[in-house]
Amino acid sequence: MASIFQVIGAATAAVSSSTSFDTKKFQLCSRRSVSERKSSFVVVKASGSNRIGSRADQLVTNAVATKADTPPAASKPGHELLLFEALREGLEEEMERDARVCVMGEDVGHYGGSYKVTKGLADKYGDLRVLDTPIAENSFTGMGIGAAMTGLRPIIEGMNMGFLLLAFNQISNNCGMLHYTSGGQFKIPVVIRGPGGVGRQLGAEHSQRLESYFQSIPGIQMVACSTPYNAKGLMKAAIRSDNPVILFEHVLLYNLKERIPDEEYVLNLEEAEMVRPGEHVTILTYSRMRYHVMQAAKTLVNKGYDPEVIDIRSLKPFDLYTIGNSIKKTHLVLIVEECMRTGGIGASLTAAINENFNDYLDAPIVCLSSQDVPTPYAGTLEEWTVVQPPQIVAAVEQLCR
Amino acid sequence: MAFVGAKIKIIQPLNLNVHASTHPHSFTSNNNCKFTSLSSPFLGSTRTHTLTLTRSISPRRSAASSSTVVAVSDVVKEKKAKSTSNLLLTKEEGLEVYEDMYLGRAFEDMCAQMYYRGKMFGFVHLYNGQEAVSSGFIKLLKKEDSVVSTYRDHVHALSKGVPARAVMSELFGKKTGCCRGQGGSMHMFSAEHNVLGGFAFIGEGIPVATGAAFTSKYKREVLKEADCDHVTLAFFGDGTANNGQFFECLNMAALWKLPIIFVVENNLWAIGMSHLRATSDPEIWKKGPAFGMPGVHVDGMDVLKVREVAKEAIGRARRGEGPTLVECETYRFRGHSLADPDELRDPAEKAHYAARDPITQLKKYLIESKLVSEADLKAIEKKIDEVVEDAVEFADESPAPSRSQLLENVFADPRGFGIGPDGKYRCEDPKFTEGTAQV
Repeated sequence: MASIFQVIGAATAAVSSSTSFDTKKFQLCSRRSVSERKSSFVVVKASGSNRIGSRADQLVTNAVATKADTPPAASKPGHELLLFEALREGLEEEMERDARVCVMGEDVGHYGGSYKVTKGLADKYGDLRVLDTPIAENSFTGMGIGAAMTGLRPIIEGMNMGFLLLAFNQISNNCGMLHYTSGGQFKIPVVIRGPGGVGRQLGAEHSQRLESYFQSIPGIQMVACSTPYNAKGLMKAAIRSDNPVILFEHVLLYNLKERIPDEEYVLNLEEAEMVRPGEHVTILTYSRMRYHVMQAAKTLVNKGYDPEVIDIRSLKPFDLYTIGNSIKKTHLVLIVEECMRTGGIGASLTAAINENFNDYLDAPIVCLSSQDVPTPYAGTLEEWTVVQPPQIVAAVEQLCR
Repeated sequence: MAFVGAKIKIIQPLNLNVHASTHPHSFTSNNNCKFTSLSSPFLGSTRTHTLTLTRSISPRRSAASSSTVVAVSDVVKEKKAKSTSNLLLTKEEGLEVYEDMYLGRAFEDMCAQMYYRGKMFGFVHLYNGQEAVSSGFIKLLKKEDSVVSTYRDHVHALSKGVPARAVMSELFGKKTGCCRGQGGSMHMFSAEHNVLGGFAFIGEGIPVATGAAFTSKYKREVLKEADCDHVTLAFFGDGTANNGQFFECLNMAALWKLPIIFVVENNLWAIGMSHLRATSDPEIWKKGPAFGMPGVHVDGMDVLKVREVAKEAIGRARRGEGPTLVECETYRFRGHSLADPDELRDPAEKAHYAARDPITQLKKYLIESKLVSEADLKAIEKKIDEVVEDAVEFADESPAPSRSQLLENVFADPRGFGIGPDGKYRCEDPKFTEGTAQV
């Protein structure tokens, strides 16, 4: 795991030193014309291509990008922090920027958040802006939606994503649908976030992956963060978005450390992130599995393979452009996810790829998902429910045969 | 077990006679409660206990003949009874309220006609009989105050100011409807008039109303808009009062002193489920004090009484004193929806409430207290009939939504449909506006 961070760290450092984040240097292509164009910050987009500046009309930088250009004028060095701190930084910047942004959830205020994402915010902004709610997920989620309809921009925290199952009524019926059933009269700019995924022996109910349950709800967007860099960027993008966004964090990733830029940046909610360009096989992943994949990638590289790893980030909608470009290059697809096999994100992604890129595939898509099993408590069993690097290596070898 | 409670004055409703013999369902003997109209309270039965109430019952008027209006709303914490007063509103207010109630009635009757003529479909829930609650409360609101309702929302929307044309078009599913035809009978929204819905699942709107009240408090305290005193009304029924969302929101509203009024339109029936069969303690107003807010019971067939309670509750909320729970005892003259054959309810019960029609009562009061003349009322009725006719005509002539509307409004920011294989956002695809894009 450590080596992956070194790679990330090095690439980030390379990127931040090589590019001056001068907005004049980057041109926003027409595809980006709908996004914000403020000169005070840069919209950073993940590049689907290998070469920096290969398409004159594309923004290029990425946290884990390719080789750096020769460094121009020195930019700020960036600062190192952990993922939960990155989330907090993003949250705080947005709360500072817009007084309508508020947080509500269990223990977000005085306790500072069960994963410390909101630590210190209640002292700074007061008990109403960082609201400690009673344990009533359905109702406080609905309350957040009502507040959003009447002008606020709440961030609703589920202490654990699994608790949001209690809020499914509000998320499906109101969050997703109200903009439509009201004929566009009300918008619901909420961010629903919380940690999910399989942790360290947390037991079945605390180890749920809700992305598969929520993905069919029309009218919502889902993103999953995996690094401090994209956590902060996605948090800010989600808060600024007028759509309801569900931000999936992972319990085990909160203590990841990375160096992120000092300058303000907002990532694109609908885009995927190129983690490692390659030629032989496309590996699509998100959240914690990204790290398992990168670990497997090390082994694969030693064995002579060249996998292209994409962190899809946007779980709904899928970034079919980045994914498609990759498939057109490698013709082999492996999906690695922590979601359940049945009806999971991988299943949807397989269907979407088959529908759109069938001609480009040399072999059927392989999808590695967690077992359709309630996550057991025992450590050994828990390990076997989730996809592990050796399985990924084996799958790639099988595919590339 | 004797019920020991505060002295409460409750206007008696009818004889609640639920005979096992007249209904196909077997009612247990527990439910055979015969109340005489003078001494028994509006109460459901509980199992084998006979409830004796220590109540002082105010002088009441019989259903047919009194001309004085006695306001008998009481907070649970004891309050002095209001003295009778002869004039509880001015002529203008009287005409306004009468017009609003008559509009509600005429509109709903027209809906029924249109439904049976095949102009509207699906589930349509009519409000006949409950007009006093809507007019009593909503006519006291400002435009910036919010109203949240359930599926029985046409009249709430009309009372709040949504034009009859817009509501009728919405029911017909035309693009000129208040929700562009996308919501329908159960989802009436209006950003202009602050009608926050229209919800198909019961209880779903209560948290939304709590959120709107939260925004009002937030604006006042965080955004420092010192004069923001917007209140929110949440209307829902007796069935909802057993739902978890109701209780959770009572707690939060009282906890944070939100400017919200929970209005229970207790019409005794949730489709075919009698309130008495569904609720362990049928006196819903009692649930307010359990959460730390006043609970009030009022005769929901009498618009003047409702108005009086509403004034007080809204005043409380505006002053920042917190929420109130108001239980309005009312009745729906029609079935639960236009698809409901309405066979379960006792005809005697229906007749009893029909005799207490809120519109007739108000008319009688206005004329007998010499506030208005018959001619004034007739003029209003004629005007409203024309408004409703015009609404139907307008809705009939309006076009149905075109295909291009299919994909609009799913997202406030249509980039949410994502990036297509060609690298462009799906919403930039020309077929998107045609409604035929692949998303």
